[in-house]
Amino acid sequence: MEPFSQIPMLSYDVVVIGGGPAGMAAAVRAKELGLNVLLLDENEYLGGILPQCIHPGFGLHYYKEELTGPEFASRLARKLVELGVEYKTAARVLEIRNYSDLEKVVIFTSPSGVYQVWAKAIIYAAGARERHAFEIGIVGDRVSGIYTAGEAQTLMDIYGVLPGKEIVIVGSGDVGLIMARRFALEGAKVKAVVELMPYPGGLARNVMILRDFDIPLYLSHKVVEVRGTGRVERVKVVKVDENLNEIPGSEFWIEADTLIISAGLIPSVKKLKAIGVEIDPATGGPVVNDRLETSVPGIFVAGNSLLINDLVDYVAEQGELAAEGAKEFIEKGGIESRKWIKVEKGENVRLLVPHYLSGEGDVYLYLRVARPMEDIELRIPEIGKKMRLPVVKPAEMLRIKLKAEEIRKAEKLTVEVVKA
Amino acid sequence: MIYRFTCIVCPLGCSIEVEVEDGKVKDVKGCRCPRGKEWAVQEVTNPKRVVMSVVPVEGGALPTVSVKTAEPVPKEKIPELMKFLANLKLKAPVKAGETVAKWEGIKIVATRGA
Repeated sequence: MEPFSQIPMLSYDVVVIGGGPAGMAAAVRAKELGLNVLLLDENEYLGGILPQCIHPGFGLHYYKEELTGPEFASRLARKLVELGVEYKTAARVLEIRNYSDLEKVVIFTSPSGVYQVWAKAIIYAAGARERHAFEIGIVGDRVSGIYTAGEAQTLMDIYGVLPGKEIVIVGSGDVGLIMARRFALEGAKVKAVVELMPYPGGLARNVMILRDFDIPLYLSHKVVEVRGTGRVERVKVVKVDENLNEIPGSEFWIEADTLIISAGLIPSVKKLKAIGVEIDPATGGPVVNDRLETSVPGIFVAGNSLLINDLVDYVAEQGELAAEGAKEFIEKGGIESRKWIKVEKGENVRLLVPHYLSGEGDVYLYLRVARPMEDIELRIPEIGKKMRLPVVKPAEMLRIKLKAEEIRKAEKLTVEVVKA
Repeated sequence: MIYRFTCIVCPLGCSIEVEVEDGKVKDVKGCRCPRGKEWAVQEVTNPKRVVMSVVPVEGGALPTVSVKTAEPVPKEKIPELMKFLANLKLKAPVKAGETVAKWEGIKIVATRGA
């Protein structure tokens, strides 16, 4: 294939797209494995969302100590710099082209111009986007004062601006709860956290924030309407039944000047879809094998672009796995397997990654249950694997290790979570 | 008085009940390990939190530096600490890990440099 003659050309073994924890860990590992690597990030600084996650709770598995987000990010960034990994910030990827297995092109803009990078493999670690008000059926006036939780976090914890004084938060996932604490600490009044499901969406340590600051949690409720002139003035809340249908007559209004939407994350995979990467509707991310390679050979994916994680530790781990995959791909011209073993979702498994296993090495399975359960057994009947767990929750991703020799025994695997 | 918690020491999330009489812990029920018990008693008698915030910084790439307390702070003192932090102003360069201020003997440490 001919390069575009007008655009300056660069050439690397691997291009990593995204400089958050997945991308940085991938670039570091790729460099350690002797690959010539370029990392691109559209932000002005490395770290992805970590620099604005100023609370502790990061790194307990990966670094075996508790760090804040910025600290976790700067450790990875320091390693990146020490190893001499090349990277560009303010570099926005316009397009990915896949010409052949070992000929891929990433076109990006940057302050020094537009470039095309030719690479043998791509590691895509562009993170996720937040679901916004229109996606969760909130109607009403077009007013200022509506932010996603991540936007509010950027405003407060990067730029030092408090977005409002009387806050209603939609969604009790981790980001929403963490922002509830930040608002309360900085002197804003959090009037309600409104959760559609009958249970909180976040990790237990974050749900505790509500008690610390006496913040009311409305379970089985949803915000349906926003009213105000120019600025948010009040929001309408409705109770829902067990089928998540609104209960007529249960409506009430809460006065607030700010509505924060924390209604989940969606993997950012538009540019992958454009080159035909197969997407799993359950994760919203690509279908992958155990090297985290997508359905397009040589395109790997890690972090929240792969599936929404709750721990940065697993995100960084996925980055490393993808880099090891890229190394194998480049050396052998592909990911090898004697046979591909499909992993299927059984009882109470909502999502599961990776989708196909090579059986050539040990593997981590990442999965989430559909509903909370106590005293369960996680089973893979085909290989007779059983694990007892006292409790499983949708908010807490499970990660289980399978050995290559276990995997190879089967033609396919089914993971199920059942009452012990 | 009975206090009820979901334990946060590990992912098990035990439902713990702590019974307190005349300011003394009488009984702790529901936890499956001694760490959980210790945490629950601390939560009732002297709850503490690591506190984080951002502080304005002059001359840095970003307008704020993020900070945390080097050790957990008694919960009831947090509003006072936040007022102290609200009046802090820093000048670049600030290094991550640097102690930028002290409050009642507790170090305020930068977690993001500028």
